[in-house]
Amino acid sequence: MTNLPAFPILLPLVVAVLFILARVKDRHAGTVAIAGALAHLFICFLLMAEVMEQNVIVLWVGAWPFPAGICLVADYLSGVMVLVTAVIHTAVVVYAAKDIETRQIKAGFYPFMQVLTGAICGAFLTGDLFNLYVWFEVMLMASFGIMVMENPAGRLTNAVKYVVLNLLATLFLITAIGLLYGLTGTLNLADLHDKAAQVENTALFTSTAMLMMTAFGIKAALFPLFFWLPAAYHTLPAAVAAFFAGLLTKVGVYALIRLFTLVFVTQTHITHTILMGAAMLTMVTGVVTAASQMDIRRILSFHIISQVGYMILGLAVFTPLALAGTLVYMVHNIIAKSNLFLAGGLIHRATGTFHLSHMGGLYKTHGLLSAGFFIPAFSLAGFPPLSGFWAKLLIISACLESGHYTAAAVAAAVGLLTLFSMAKIWLEAFWKQSPRKVPLPLPKNHFAWMMAPVLCLCLFTVLLGLFMEPVMQLSLAAGEQLMNPAAYVRAVKGGG
Amino acid sequence: MEHFLAIVVGLMVSAAFFLMLSGILIRFVFGLILMGNAINLLIFTAGRLAPVNPPLIGAQQSLLAAPAANALPQALILTAIVIGFAMTIFLLILLFRTHDQTGTLDADQDRFVLETDETDLPEITGQKGKE
Repeated sequence: MTNLPAFPILLPLVVAVLFILARVKDRHAGTVAIAGALAHLFICFLLMAEVMEQNVIVLWVGAWPFPAGICLVADYLSGVMVLVTAVIHTAVVVYAAKDIETRQIKAGFYPFMQVLTGAICGAFLTGDLFNLYVWFEVMLMASFGIMVMENPAGRLTNAVKYVVLNLLATLFLITAIGLLYGLTGTLNLADLHDKAAQVENTALFTSTAMLMMTAFGIKAALFPLFFWLPAAYHTLPAAVAAFFAGLLTKVGVYALIRLFTLVFVTQTHITHTILMGAAMLTMVTGVVTAASQMDIRRILSFHIISQVGYMILGLAVFTPLALAGTLVYMVHNIIAKSNLFLAGGLIHRATGTFHLSHMGGLYKTHGLLSAGFFIPAFSLAGFPPLSGFWAKLLIISACLESGHYTAAAVAAAVGLLTLFSMAKIWLEAFWKQSPRKVPLPLPKNHFAWMMAPVLCLCLFTVLLGLFMEPVMQLSLAAGEQLMNPAAYVRAVKGGG
Repeated sequence: MEHFLAIVVGLMVSAAFFLMLSGILIRFVFGLILMGNAINLLIFTAGRLAPVNPPLIGAQQSLLAAPAANALPQALILTAIVIGFAMTIFLLILLFRTHDQTGTLDADQDRFVLETDETDLPEITGQKGKE
């Protein structure tokens, strides 16, 4: 037995404590955070390597035996998600070193980010439903902290929307957990898988599934529960927005995947049909609303919603291929989306605005930034050979294979509309003549520093697309693992 | 007992939702607290109720004597109460600061809502002034 699954959670929390106890000076804060993020990335990489070897790693925290304790489980899905989290965390912290102002550091930006990262990893790794709830709460608290710090006047109302809806989601979640415990007498996910098959009161069981879907649907910004997202995200600093946009909704998606492949699998004709409807509506509303926006951050925010639809669609189709598609889509989307928000922040620096009609001519003045925006944007729209193309291809072919022709058509059409939005940003921000006579003077070295994470993430997007074969194999293995949880259950139950 | 508590939980949740659906945010806070308590009661009920001994292991024993109450729901509720307490405090402070900024906690009023839609223009002028 190895302690490895605990470290991706512990390390950021320890770094956060260190920040406070050691009273890290403001000018060193960025360096310490980057060092912490790199160490975290390294550990997550080790964990992923270990998962590749053993398939499922189980750690019983405190060595409490099987039904009593809480376990951490790292399978392919968790391992990949934790690794991607570490990548984004590192990129964002590097970017933030020049983006975040001193007063935000004083307000505790870095410790909050570390706690948030630790909590996200905790949510990805836990094998216990109540523990998942606790990690969600830690995540919420940290994200609240970041969201309200140093907001310019009037912006708190957006935080209020975010806080209020997320608290409501939490209540739904805890209700569902209570009901599920009443039905099965256990909260261990692997045990729930076995006990769920024996539940006689299927009506209450399905209602619990719906409550759970509502709770995580709010977190994942599913239709019709997404209204908090565009309201909250478009006022955040670029680094924070990138982190939130990339990861927070995906934790909700992850939880949905975990629960609806492991626990709520007895009534798929009800639950997964509803998921499919929600997924299609999410894709369409997200992309259509985005088309009418002119603020870059708003466009990108609405696209988060529409992209979540694709992931849930893969879950709803519920075949190994579709789940593999969902995993590829999540990885691709987290990287591309965070990258776009970071690039959006740079566009703001270069033009002084987020509004498309007030900017232009960036292609002429900022060649590198154009590349940094072009690659994730057109990956998101699904251009071959970038990662988004393969992700969409997998999901659509899974839809066709299982006979969901409408869903496949909707997914393809939404891809086209995504292209429309991305092309709009491209035309307005990069190709159009700049409305500004004199270009803004730029702090050059800052700009180069902040370009580095953007370009690194671009590189990931390109590499992910070019080396799809190994990625595909890994995600197909993950899809198989999710569809046949026997190995997962055996690993958890045998480990105690 | 279970049936009675189920009805109580139902009533509390409906009252909580009634409060939450009001546009005035301070009522939302009360709704939230009420709903939190209702859900704790629900978890408690879901853990089965019976007139048995408290779940305490005696000094000479190493295991729990057979007819004892279920300790797990109590642990869950305790956690939920602590977390709910922190969240409520945070929300109250957030609303207090929001009231400072907007002068209202009525989400239907224009001055509460409008500012979110005007983010573009002040930003440009602000940036120009700075540089």
